[in-house]
Amino acid sequence: MCLGIPSKVIEIDEVQRTGRIDYLGTKVKTNFALLEDLRVGDWVIVHAGFAISRLSEEDAKETLDLLREIAEKS
Amino acid sequence: MAEANPFRRKKVIDALIADIREKKNALPSPCRIMEVCGTHTMTIHRYGLQTILAAAGVDMVSGPGCPVCITPAEVHEAAIGLVTGRENIVLATFGDMTRVPTRRGSLQSCVPARGSEVKIVYSPDEALGLARRHPDKEVVFFGVGFETTIPSIALAARVAAEDKLGNFAILPALWVIPPPLRAILESGEARISGFLYPGHVSAIIGERPYEFVAREFGYPGVIAGFEPADILLGIRSILDQIGDKKPAVGNEYRRVVRPEGNPLARKVMEDILEPKDACWRGLGVIPQSGLRLKAAFAAYDAESKYGLDIEARSGDLPGCRCGAVLRGILSPAECPLFGKACSPESPQGPCMVSFEGACLIRYKYKGLGS
Repeated sequence: MCLGIPSKVIEIDEVQRTGRIDYLGTKVKTNFALLEDLRVGDWVIVHAGFAISRLSEEDAKETLDLLREIAEKS
Repeated sequence: MAEANPFRRKKVIDALIADIREKKNALPSPCRIMEVCGTHTMTIHRYGLQTILAAAGVDMVSGPGCPVCITPAEVHEAAIGLVTGRENIVLATFGDMTRVPTRRGSLQSCVPARGSEVKIVYSPDEALGLARRHPDKEVVFFGVGFETTIPSIALAARVAAEDKLGNFAILPALWVIPPPLRAILESGEARISGFLYPGHVSAIIGERPYEFVAREFGYPGVIAGFEPADILLGIRSILDQIGDKKPAVGNEYRRVVRPEGNPLARKVMEDILEPKDACWRGLGVIPQSGLRLKAAFAAYDAESKYGLDIEARSGDLPGCRCGAVLRGILSPAECPLFGKACSPESPQGPCMVSFEGACLIRYKYKGLGS
């Protein structure tokens, strides 16, 4: 099943390519082998114990702006 | 209390629905959109969007988006055969997989051979951990998934090979999403007007693998996220493509899905796995729709390691219509078994078992949508 809620990277072990994320307040061990150049503080989507995508803040903001615009228009 | 999450705000949802109704009304033909992903099915029913969209003139139909469900009976039976027929096997798999009913029972109900057992894990890494901690056992990871999960399963094979973990193998049930979309369009039986493409499969594969849908078949499609507003933005954008007569691959989940997907994850898949023709429950054999371990990793492939016979087909349980549900030609409630002989307590097919199964989702959220 896909978890749509993003998690925040809180610890990275560069050698092992693993670390921990914060998912809704729970700290979870996560494998980072599928993402390059990850940094603490990045937001990621995690699936079956692996971070599979990093969130683009810029695009997230764009979508939120669009939603605000749609709601105000009505 | 007002919903703080902007993707679930009533004002946003109402405005999007109004927009969708207006766009649909401007179209001459009925609109039937297939949500390919099981988690989309979940959002649509959990928030009652199905009913609201139907009132706006847009019918949603579930597709083959539940990997547990589309894995055919013979693969589940091979896993049961392995743990009941061989001693000292630890069959590790995701929870849903253990409850799928077959003519040989389920992994949960079967009686394993001496020293063998079924273990539920949450990730392929956990299965690797079991193999390291239990050198006296043969750990088999029954790995199921679409492109979202496949890279992590492929990595497990690579780690096992690097660490020479001789007591670890993978029984692959790995499926790729674009080929069944082609099969659905070629058959035409689902009578759809467009696809809502899966969010996290797309995070791996990107936009390009869907291009044939617009180019060869002239159908619209949009990648969407999992919040109610994400789904509605996706549908709105599909209606725009229909209205403008400009079918394309839209992306309303850009905060997670890059046009090129995740190249590193795809490289892992390509290094370790190769495509094969594969049988999907309900859809039959689809060319190049499954993945298997490359010959270099044969020692970690349970199918060759244990000489499993996955071809023998005994079929679904009598009366089960999961196949038709997965093809988008039967709505769960239209199945004669739904809610009667088939329920979450006594499922007759995988669609009533998996959290992404269309039947379980309908059953759980029946009556919502006002």
